[in-house]
Amino acid sequence: MLQIRDLHGYYGKSHILQGIDLDVGEGEIVSLLGRNGVGRSTTIKAVMGEVPPQGSIKFKGKEIAGLKTHDIARLGIGYVPENRDIFPTMTVEQNLLLGMKKANQTGRWSIEDMYEMFPNLRARADSLGDVISGGEKQMLTMCRTLMGDPELIMIDEPTEGLAPKLIEQVGKLLATIAERGLSILLVEQKLTIALKISHRIYIMGHGKIVFEGTPEDLRNNDDIRKEWLEV
Amino acid sequence: MDILIFSLFNGILYGMLLFMLSSGLTLIFGMMGVLNFAHASFFMLGAYFAYQISKFVGFWPALIIAPVVVGVIGAIVERYGLRRVHKFGHVAELLFTFGLAYVIEEAVQMIWGKVPVSYHIPEVMNFTLFSLYGLEYSAYRVFMLLVAVSMFVALFFLLTRTRVGLIIQGALTYPNIVASLGHNVPLVFMMVFGLGCALAGLAGVLAGNILGTEPGMAIQLGPIVFVVIVIGGLGSLNGALVASLFIGIMQTTAVSYDVSMNGFLNVIGVQVDFDSAWRMLVDLTVAQISPILPYLLLTLMLIVRPRGLFGVRDV
Repeated sequence: MLQIRDLHGYYGKSHILQGIDLDVGEGEIVSLLGRNGVGRSTTIKAVMGEVPPQGSIKFKGKEIAGLKTHDIARLGIGYVPENRDIFPTMTVEQNLLLGMKKANQTGRWSIEDMYEMFPNLRARADSLGDVISGGEKQMLTMCRTLMGDPELIMIDEPTEGLAPKLIEQVGKLLATIAERGLSILLVEQKLTIALKISHRIYIMGHGKIVFEGTPEDLRNNDDIRKEWLEV
Repeated sequence: MDILIFSLFNGILYGMLLFMLSSGLTLIFGMMGVLNFAHASFFMLGAYFAYQISKFVGFWPALIIAPVVVGVIGAIVERYGLRRVHKFGHVAELLFTFGLAYVIEEAVQMIWGKVPVSYHIPEVMNFTLFSLYGLEYSAYRVFMLLVAVSMFVALFFLLTRTRVGLIIQGALTYPNIVASLGHNVPLVFMMVFGLGCALAGLAGVLAGNILGTEPGMAIQLGPIVFVVIVIGGLGSLNGALVASLFIGIMQTTAVSYDVSMNGFLNVIGVQVDFDSAWRMLVDLTVAQISPILPYLLLTLMLIVRPRGLFGVRDV
């Protein structure tokens, strides 16, 4: 589904991504882990074309490096940025509607699906985007991206700063997403839900991939965990 | 009282005219961060185009055609000018629009000359609709007001009730996210720029025959439009409406009053010496200081509240 080869990326003059190789297969949940500032977010921003990528990024066999962000999204890649930016002047429902790529699009997800998964959002349907809670914002950003019916969804730190109960909810949503056949690229700092739900895990350090394997491999590899993840 | 009502009416009219100019400017600024110095030049183009077109087919077709032509020119300027300059930063963009304003002004002078052209109110509208306290109010002014109000309603509807409006609203706050949801943000920018220019052009069509259609009209009105969007809050349509009406009413009512500080002081029993240095200051009438008021407000607003009345971010 997604195939990244020798990806380099720069912020101004600093060389953030130094040759990333990464694959996400069809229906696969892949986690990209690492400490703050190692380039995880930059990697998915490069895939979205928000950071100019150098190297090869293929989606369903088509080279997408160099395309415009909205064209990449229209090919079927969904992106949930980490800052949970909800459009403040729009209602919750309008935020969801804006996630749809066309007015009369029918895809895997309907607004009704979202409300069933998150009854909170239904109760808040007419509230403005800037008055809902942090947890609701996180759910809404994910649901908003799903409304665009992506085949691959890249999610940046969905559990950061959330209470354990909400983290569990995020995990459940990711499982539901995978059930419907989507591929997921999950970016996380901690192992919170990654070990439980991922098929494969990558760990980044200093702009490079330093580990690739199954959750089982990572569980058995104390050195890697200590060196690249734990504080 | 009669003067007050009359100038209030004129103030609202002038305010709605300002709103037609400032709504486009503030939307463009809110989305792209571009302060378009040439915005009032599109207002001038509207007036000249209307003059030229109405010579052939009359005022009514010109009312529609001229703003559309101005809008198309605006869209072309965004697509092939501004978008290319964008990568060099805001200063380059500012200089670009600054230069553009002069290009348009000189071009207008080359084509239509330096003296005002005879762009007149359409005959059918050139009559007194009603009189208030002996002051006559022309049908054309009422028509202008109607067009301005309908434009506001249409714009409001477009932005809050349509899908395109949602995308525009989204791009005002988080353009990156709107793009990542699969919406063509550069296309939206071009459309908004064109729409903003078309609105300025419409204002030119409506006001050119009252204010006079001449090459200096853009420079005359340009600065006051900046005052409006700073006071209203950059990027805020509601703010632009409130500030437009406020500035419009303030300017039209202030010029009709001869009240001075001295008069007020006399009433409360304070006498200022004729030779005192203060004398000149307190003798100034409201009418005399009215031209400086908006700009004073602009500077004070930037010091006290840089985001304006309804703005969400600082200048």
